[in-house]
Parts: sequence; C-alpha cells; structure tokens
Amino acid sequence: MTDLLTPVLTADWGTDRAWTLEEYRRTGGYRALEKALAMAPADVVELVKESGLRGRGGAGFPTGMKWGFIPQDNPKPKYLVVNADESEPGTCKDIPFMMATPHTLIEGVIIAAHAINAKQAFIYVRGEVLHVIRRLRAACREAYEAGYLGQDILGSGVGIDLVIHAGAGAYICGEETALLDSLEGRRGQPRLRPPFPAVEGLYASPTVINNVESIASVPAIVRGGHEWFASMGTEKSKGFVIYSLSGHVRRPGQYEAPLGITLRQLIDLGGGMREGSELKFWTPGGSSTPLLTAEHLDMPLDYESVGAAGSMLGTRALQIFDQTTSVVRCVLRWTEFYKHESCGKCTPCREGTWWLVQTLQRLDEGQGREGDIDLLVDLCENILGRSFCALGDGATSPITSAIQHFRDEFEAGLHTPSSELFPPAASMLFRQEEVTA
Amino acid sequence: MTLSDVTMGELHELAGRYPHARSALLPMLHLIQSAEGHVTNDGIEVCADILGITAAEVSGVATFYTMYKRRPMGEHHVGVCTNTLCAVMGGDLIFERLKSHLDVGNDETTDDGRVTLEHIECNAACDFAPVMTVNWEFFDQQTPESAIEVVDRLRAGEPVQATRGATITSWREAERVIAGFEDGRVDEGPTAAGASLAGFEIARERGWTAPSLDAEGSTAGVADTKQEAEEQADTTRAGTETLIEESPADTAEEGNDD
Ligand SMILES: Cc1cc2nc3c(=O)[nH]c(=O)nc-3n(C[C@H](O)[C@H](O)[C@H](O)COP(=O)(O)O)c2cc1C
Ligand code: SF4
Ligand code: FES
Repeated sequence: MTDLLTPVLTADWGTDRAWTLEEYRRTGGYRALEKALAMAPADVVELVKESGLRGRGGAGFPTGMKWGFIPQDNPKPKYLVVNADESEPGTCKDIPFMMATPHTLIEGVIIAAHAINAKQAFIYVRGEVLHVIRRLRAACREAYEAGYLGQDILGSGVGIDLVIHAGAGAYICGEETALLDSLEGRRGQPRLRPPFPAVEGLYASPTVINNVESIASVPAIVRGGHEWFASMGTEKSKGFVIYSLSGHVRRPGQYEAPLGITLRQLIDLGGGMREGSELKFWTPGGSSTPLLTAEHLDMPLDYESVGAAGSMLGTRALQIFDQTTSVVRCVLRWTEFYKHESCGKCTPCREGTWWLVQTLQRLDEGQGREGDIDLLVDLCENILGRSFCALGDGATSPITSAIQHFRDEFEAGLHTPSSELFPPAASMLFRQEEVTA
Repeated sequence: MTLSDVTMGELHELAGRYPHARSALLPMLHLIQSAEGHVTNDGIEVCADILGITAAEVSGVATFYTMYKRRPMGEHHVGVCTNTLCAVMGGDLIFERLKSHLDVGNDETTDDGRVTLEHIECNAACDFAPVMTVNWEFFDQQTPESAIEVVDRLRAGEPVQATRGATITSWREAERVIAGFEDGRVDEGPTAAGASLAGFEIARERGWTAPSLDAEGSTAGVADTKQEAEEQADTTRAGTETLIEESPADTAEEGNDD
C-alpha cells in the first residue's frame, strides 16, 4: 500500500541549494547514470519499457516504446530533444521542477541519450522563464565539469553533448514537430507525419522527443527498478506524477502522487475549496482537455479513467473554478489564446478560431444572436479532426464541453453579459473593496 | 554596422554550438535584442550573413515569436498573465490598473522609457495566480497594489527582487542569459517556494514517502541510505494508514460510476 502522496521528483524541493551538483550528489544524484552506463543501451530501453512509464507531456505514449522506435541501423546521428516548452494553460510542473532540481533532468537526459545511442541532446525550454534558464545552464556547465557530459563520460567510452536552447514565445512550439522546426531556426510550424520524428526528426535524423517529467522520471526508475516504479499507480497508468492544482482551492500547488488519486483527495489534502466556494468546472489536463464538473470528483486521475469520462489526463493541469466564475468568459479567453497561438498553417484552425472568438465575444457581452450556439458547435465540428495538428483540436475542447455542461449559460448570452451574471470581482483572489478599476 | 566586435564574436560562438548553425537563430536574435534593445535591421542582416540565409528568412522568424520586439523597448519588460485562470483570479484587473497607472496601452512603453507593459499568456505558474513577470522573472500572487508597487520601484530605479528568482537587472541583461550566456545570479532565490511546496509539505507533515528507492540490493552509498532511514524514522505510520485506507476504497467504488 503506497502513501497518498509520494514525492520522488519533488522530494528535494525543500532542500536548500538543491539545484547545485554538490547537493544533488549528496542525495544520490548521478548514481543512476553510473548504473545505466554499465548497461547495454537496449537493456536501458527494455527497463523503461517494463516500468510502464508513459509520456508526461500530454498524450501518454509509452516512453520505452518510443525509444525502441529509433532505427538503430540508420547511419544518421540520433538525437534526443527534451520538450521543456511548458505552455499549455494550467500546466505548471516542469518549470518549478527545473528551477529546483535541474540535475535530475540532466541525469535523465544522459541516460536516455545513452539508451537510444544519441551523441547530442537538446533541452528546448520556453524563453519566458529567466531563472529556470539560469539554473539549467549552470547545471549543464557543472555536469560537463564533472565529466557527466562530453567525451568519454565517466570513462565509459560514451560521449554525449547537451545544449540548453531557449525558445522565444510560441505555444505551438510545444507541439513536437513544430518544436523541431523551431530548433532548426525556423518558424515553429508543425510538420506532416509520416515521416515520424523517430525516423526523420531533427535534421531529418532519428529523434526522440520527450517531456521534461518523462525524462526526469528515468533516473529513479534506473535506481529503483521497474518493479519499484510499477508498484505505484494503477494497472495501466504506472508510477508517480506531479498534479498541478490551481484556482479556487485553499491550497493550490504541486502534488506528487501515484497515478489514480482523485481530485477530491487532492483538494481535501489542501483543506478543500476556498471559503464559501463550490466546484463548478475544472480542466483535468490543461485547457485543451474537455472540461469536467463536480460529477467527476471521485474519478481516478489516470489515463484510462479520464479518457472514459470523455476528457484526457493530459498534463494533469487541474485548474479549478468555482460557482462565481462565468464559463462563457473562460471559454472566450481560452479561445482568444488559441486564436493568438494558431500558427496559421491550416485553414480550419486559422479561420475557425477567428470565427469562434467573434461568436463567443458576442455571447460574453450578452449580444449573442439566435443560432450562435449552434454556430459554435458547427465551427468546432469543422475544426476537430480537420486541422493539421492537435492545437486546432484542442481549441474546440473547452467550447464543446462547456456547451455540453452549461448550455443555459450560453443561452443567457443572447441577452445578458457574463459580467452581470457573474461579477468578476467575486472570483478574484484578493479582497473585493479594491475592485473599482 | 553598429554591433560591437564582442557581440559579433558571441553571435559566431552561438552558431558554433549546434551541429547545424541555423539552429542558433533563435538564441542569436535574443542576443541581438540584448545588444541593440530590439531586433534591428542591422541585427537581422548580421544574423543572415553569419548563417548564410536571406534577411527575409531571418525576418520571417523574428516576426513569428512574441518575445522578439521590432520596436525599442523600455528598460524593463513587465508582463501580466491574462490567460484564463490568472485573469479570473485577478489578472485582468491588475492589467487594467497597471495600464492606467503607467498611462500606457498593451505593448507600450512609459514616457520615461523605464517600463514596457504587455499582457502575456500562461507562464507556467498558475498555482501562483495572479502572476506577473518582470524581465521574465516571477512575481507570484500579485494584487493591484503589489503590482503597482513593483513598477513604481522599477521606475524609481530601486532594487527589486523576484518572488522566485534573482534581483531584477534589466530586460536587455535578461535577454543575454536567455540567448545563452550566464550572468552569475544562478544561486539567488530559493529552490522552490510557496505553492510549489504544497504537496511536499503535506507529505512531510504526514510522513508520506514513496517506497524506498534503493531497496533491491543496490550499491547505495552511505548518505543516501542514511537519509532514507531518517525519513522512515520520521514517519507517523499510524496516523497515516487510516487516511490511505479510506482513499483507494473510494477510488475503486467511484471508478465504476460512469
Ligand atoms: C499545441 C501543443 C502544445 C504542446 N505543448 C507541449 C509542451 O509544452 N510540453 C510537452 O512536453 N509536450 C507538449 N505537447 C505534446 C508534444 O507534442 C509531445 O507529445 C510530447 O512532448 C511528447 O513527450 P512525452 O511522450 O514524454 O509525453 C504539445 C502538443 C500540442 C499539440
Ligand atoms: S491546427 Fe492550428 S496550429 Fe496546428 S498547423 Fe493548423 S493552423 Fe497551425
Ligand atoms: S494562467 Fe497565468 S500562469 Fe497559468
């Protein structure tokens, strides 16, 4: 029986100077690397496969299997790229992780690169997080100085280089093929698949792209073994993950637990909802995953259960909104985000998000027209499944799910502004007498 | 050509860090901003020259990403998150207040050239909502008053400290770190703070841990084993067990209800 919370990735977050090599080594850092370097690359892949680790960046694809797709007989160099772009609204785990313990990620990078025979790795970190970039750069330098990176790592004959690469502000660059274009110095626009990155990725060479948390889980798996890892979690969703709780709860924050904990348990751990607050709707995995309601409080937060409820576990970005919040206002704001971030490559998303914003704006202002709700549903149907990448699909998630759960609120948008039905001041964190702007 | 020899050298250095030089374009544009105050035409030409691509190609990249500015910037960049969660928690009001206090619109610079204000998208700190940034450092859980105080201090040239990060320098110095050069401030600020530690602290209070990491006959070193031993010793098992006992039962039961 495992405990309700199981800090592994977050275990050293309370340690002073945990970002330094010295501190990391004190708690067993880089011991997994020694172990992994003594293993054949294929055995490392096998270990990760057996652990059941699934991608933590949203889709939940088995990590070991992804590594196994790299064609080792391909004569081109192999690359490992860590997706540290963390920009999905609500998602806020990788950034504090890299600020606190960048060496865990770097150790994972070296092990993963060894496993797929990559000589070069990259961490693509979003540009808007200065202090995180500082910590990553310093950790990378320390790792080189200590001989964990560079040629002949720890006398093993293995050589791996790592570049910390900062992006420049574009949500779409979190999409893995857009990320690759961006890393090649281009506009970040998704690529047609196939060919898949495992075959033709960065510089048209075999490439593995993994989320920060996926890679950061690897050192612990190497140290603890796959059975240790699989002793946590549910049958098909193994291991521990970071759940990010935000919004109208008493104690927002990062909670590391085995997969399968429920939202009710998480909220209760932190003392419940904020004063006078009742759960109205929430996102399980960021704004691109369909909204859920209080009905789903006791659903295990693992890949299968959230999927069965018609949403997605995504990045476990649990944004919590209470009864003071207008769902129309929220959906409008998310849609404005997607419109702004649409890369413009395909018509359904580029044009569709524009129309969605126009329509939602009217409803938000209480100026909705007869048929606007059907228009929204219709627009979403034309975007979903017809866009070039998952950004377009994701843009429809909050809209269709909100209409499904709160249709009457959209109908009210035909005559009443959302700010009248739900005065924004009531939803704010700080006291309301300040609200006179 | 206004770029200094030092900057030229650094641009070449960035290009040399990658298997294919063009990969350095994003960092190079960050460095141009640091040296020039924004992405200048000169800067674009120089990047194109170094990478052997056209100025139009560089320009196409520069206009794609929101962090690149084609107009001169203020000394400091102040960002207010107005993505949904922060907006609802008060970000919209903070942004409105700052606009009127500074007498600027979105993406505009104060008359004294000190502050450029911009609303930004989710900056991966939602548990600290409403979030503000100064030169891409975190200012957590802001109120209109605290935000105004920060910008006033910036305009007065007084020292300002990020909530989770370092002392504020300037937007141009920040851009240099983002481009790829360290500034010696890595050891400022905490490992983690506030909301980041919510689960960690609850687990510590209740003595909850993951199963021991080095259980199966590893070559565990002294420090590690000792630390784990300590953790186990701390554990208030009895109190803990009751809580866990309840939870999986709930879970199994509710799992069937849809
Ligand atoms: C629009 C969009 C944005 C994304 N943003 C991120 C991101 O910021 N970080 C991330 O790890 N994955 C992101 N993803 C998912 C990646 O495409 C990819 O699936 C993931 O990085 C794979 O890593 P994993 O297998 O370790 O989860 C995004 C996907 C889409 C469609
Ligand atoms: S769906 Fe949107 S983001 Fe994706 S390729 Fe099309 S326009 Fe670009
Ligand atoms: S919504 Fe503001 S930081 Fe995420």
